[in-house]
Amino acid sequence: MSAIRFPSRAVQRPRRSVISDRVNSIPASGIRRFFDLLATIDGVISLGVGEPDFVTPWHIRESAIYSVERGQTMYTSNYGLIELRIELAKHLARLYGVEYDPRTELVITAGVSEALDIAIRAIVNPGDEIIIPDPTYVSYGPCVVMAGGVVVPVPTFVENDFKVSAEEIEKRINNRTKAILIGYPNNPTGAVMAREDLKGIADVAARHDLIVISDEIYDRLVYDTEHTCFASLPGMKERTILLGGFSKSYAMTGWRVGYAAAPAEILEAMLKIHQYVLMCASTSGQKAATEALRNGEESVQRMVREYNQRRRVMHRGLIDIGLSCFEPKGAFYAFPNIEVTGLSSDEFAERLLMEEKVAVVPGTAFGQRGSGHVRCCYATSMKNINEALVRMKRFVDRYVRR
Amino acid sequence: MRKVKDILEILERDARTTPEQIAVMLDLPVDEVRQTIDQLERDKVLLKYKAVINWDKIGGEMVIALIEVKVSPQREVGFGAVAERIYRYPEARSVYLVSGTYDLSVQVVGKTMKDVADFVARKLAPIEGVQGTVTHFLLQRYKEDGDILNGEEEIERLPITP
Repeated sequence: MSAIRFPSRAVQRPRRSVISDRVNSIPASGIRRFFDLLATIDGVISLGVGEPDFVTPWHIRESAIYSVERGQTMYTSNYGLIELRIELAKHLARLYGVEYDPRTELVITAGVSEALDIAIRAIVNPGDEIIIPDPTYVSYGPCVVMAGGVVVPVPTFVENDFKVSAEEIEKRINNRTKAILIGYPNNPTGAVMAREDLKGIADVAARHDLIVISDEIYDRLVYDTEHTCFASLPGMKERTILLGGFSKSYAMTGWRVGYAAAPAEILEAMLKIHQYVLMCASTSGQKAATEALRNGEESVQRMVREYNQRRRVMHRGLIDIGLSCFEPKGAFYAFPNIEVTGLSSDEFAERLLMEEKVAVVPGTAFGQRGSGHVRCCYATSMKNINEALVRMKRFVDRYVRR
Repeated sequence: MRKVKDILEILERDARTTPEQIAVMLDLPVDEVRQTIDQLERDKVLLKYKAVINWDKIGGEMVIALIEVKVSPQREVGFGAVAERIYRYPEARSVYLVSGTYDLSVQVVGKTMKDVADFVARKLAPIEGVQGTVTHFLLQRYKEDGDILNGEEEIERLPITP
């Protein structure tokens, strides 16, 4: 039988991108470019990290190793190991006085990153507006866009210690606004919000019936001050999605274990996404996190004391160099203003890297309001911090004199 | 008390930290830091500033032995008198009273194994009150006083992360 031949009728289609429009619209990470540049240079002191320099305490590592040895390698419940959820509920109640039902109001996720993503996807409809401070963590905007939402940035100002103001938020609310997404203590600024500040936001959320997503991954890293859990504010638990994790407080970044806490209805919606997309967080990670909550408190306190010492040295050092920098009270970042050098934040970061081999992250990677600033992480040895400050001083002196 | 502990912990980590640096790290006035350190030195809480050396790495000729010493305690003075007679010898670097099958744990340092054996046989064993000794020669030091000697592997971290 002869082959059937069809007349060639190539259909002219306009050239189109394989990649979805939505993903095309998200900017490439400003950090990636730097990463590639850094890879070409030796002997760099990096203040550009976003994770502790401590290794996960041994007793936590050991508990995971032991659990793997015993063959605990299967899926856990979608919600996460029940013993972990019970410890977590106790932990949140003890620290912040918030009561979450471990069976219906908690889910263990693959890092707080996943918790953030499913929280947004659970509540955002296409076109919904989400209010986000500027500057803030790199993922918030892109996650909202990927969920089909619209990002509404709220500028924050160094004059106000980079706290986000309730008035500025309220100005930007309209009938499409769905939620406010905040993360305090803040990456990149190191800012914290006191109870009174957060109450203002709570009032706005209540008045306009908004959800608040509160990313509290840095909750334990606060210095000379107390952390206020947003869900602990009067009337807020029912409209808050609380996000948290173990990465920063227990030095468990690579384990990918985090959590979300929310009223049952919202938690169920998040659970749906989580079960289809991830099934469950890493089993050995969850075992480790359980051990961390049970016996890791002393390690947390020790690490916080050390971070605090480094924070003071970094902050004072930056000021002595001649850069203006508000005093960060949380996380492990300082966010100095580098405009006195006459350089943009990108130029500053790039030249500092090439000329003095010190890596910092340009503030613009975190939002428009980050312009004129760089993020300096002090989660590194005192020796590195001191040496980095010496090199930065040389650099700043050169440029200020010009 | 927390302040004092913090100062001591910083100095224990790196004895070369200056009072000015400690003052910034703990947000305290420099004078207060200096005075606290002076007082701790006077009270013999802060006994010495020491560099921790891994002599194995430069091939320093040194033999270390851990000696178990069984003692018959003397009236009124117990183990203390014997311990003192031992620790007066510079070769006896550490002397501890311990529970268990023997009484004193002594760390002895010498140039050769023979030197150490001679010290035990001629100086230590004959001390009045010493019933017997068991000598263990130290073959390999892994960790001492909280410091891992042969370098932990450098922990790899990505240089930039959000």
